[in-house]
Amino acid sequence: MINIDIEKTLKTYKGQQVLKIARQFPAGSITKIYGPSGAGKTTFLKIIAGFIKPEKGLITVDGISWLDTNSNSFLPPQKRMAGFVFQDYALFPNMTVHEHLEYATNNTEWIKRLLAIGKLANLVTHKPEYLSGGQQQRLAILRALAIKPKLLLMDEPFSALDPEMKTELINELKGLFSELGTTVFIVSHNPLELEGLADQELFISL
Amino acid sequence: MLLLAIGLPVAWWLSKGRSFFKIIIEAVITMPLVLPPSVLGFYLLLAFSSQHGIGQWLQHTFNIQFVFSFKGLVLASVIYSMPFMIGPIKSALQQLPVSLSQASYSLGKTKWQTFKSVLVPNIKPSLLTAVVLTFAHTLGEFGVVLMIGGNIPGVTRVASIAVYDSVEQMDYASANAYSLILFAITFVLVISVFIFNKYQLKSPLE
Repeated sequence: MINIDIEKTLKTYKGQQVLKIARQFPAGSITKIYGPSGAGKTTFLKIIAGFIKPEKGLITVDGISWLDTNSNSFLPPQKRMAGFVFQDYALFPNMTVHEHLEYATNNTEWIKRLLAIGKLANLVTHKPEYLSGGQQQRLAILRALAIKPKLLLMDEPFSALDPEMKTELINELKGLFSELGTTVFIVSHNPLELEGLADQELFISL
Repeated sequence: MLLLAIGLPVAWWLSKGRSFFKIIIEAVITMPLVLPPSVLGFYLLLAFSSQHGIGQWLQHTFNIQFVFSFKGLVLASVIYSMPFMIGPIKSALQQLPVSLSQASYSLGKTKWQTFKSVLVPNIKPSLLTAVVLTFAHTLGEFGVVLMIGGNIPGVTRVASIAVYDSVEQMDYASANAYSLILFAITFVLVISVFIFNKYQLKSPLE
């Protein structure tokens, strides 16, 4: 069970806006987050990961407090270990595909399986600059999964994939999420693409 | 020429110092860049003279004398060349997307692990530029060295001062020799950095 109750002031071109979200998400649920650009979808994910601190808020994950502004407690991102798929991928330019996954985990069996899922097994010695957009995006997803996260935060994770690859990957991920019992938040501009994957919805409006 | 012999360890020492760049107040670091060398040299001379404060304390407790000694030269050069090392490295680090470190943190990596495995490998060209330019700059240092080191042959005489000395004594032949060597070394250093970086970096206009 994940309990979130946060308030964060966003600075937009229209002035200040308050992002206010209070909700509970069952463990193992997959939530699709949608809403207009600039509404704070990415900010919401970064608050959960611990990259951004909200002015007011409370985040509890499986009974453990990640954030409580009342008692001034804050669990750093390193301890939260929430998998994060960045919109800009945030791949490490100095590392090959294999090194990315090795940096995250030393479980070689798991790395092998991830590479198969992401169809990157024959590209392990490539650095990000020699990968296509879709391949980079798959690597970003695999890297986040490498730590077998209890909580996975994905920011537009399928935007660069062709429809066929997307359907295939989503099917694979679905099985993986239920196997790991991962709670997932997915930000998407295209809610239709998550048809059959997400079981919850969160609409963030301006 | 004496500084050339110790230039390498100094550059190495400086490059090690980069991990502290955040805690050292940037303004203090940058001061030597804009202050006349003679001003800096004068203050260093006062600070480390064996009659006052720090210099006296060092003299009494460790029997170390910085003024008019080789050690003093090293110290002065380090202080004087610091901005040339810190500047490029700092701006290179700032140009890396913040999501790179965030991605690393989300994998459970500490700040130090992130710095070592993600940040430093991705600023290699700037690192090399900084090291070589600092080295070349230390080689050409004149004012501070003259103030704090004096011009004692075999102890604190450096190439740049040797040139000045020779010209003063109308000894143009040895002045020319010193100058030519300095010119050649610096030229080769700077050229090698440019060539190396040309292969490392892609021009944004290509």
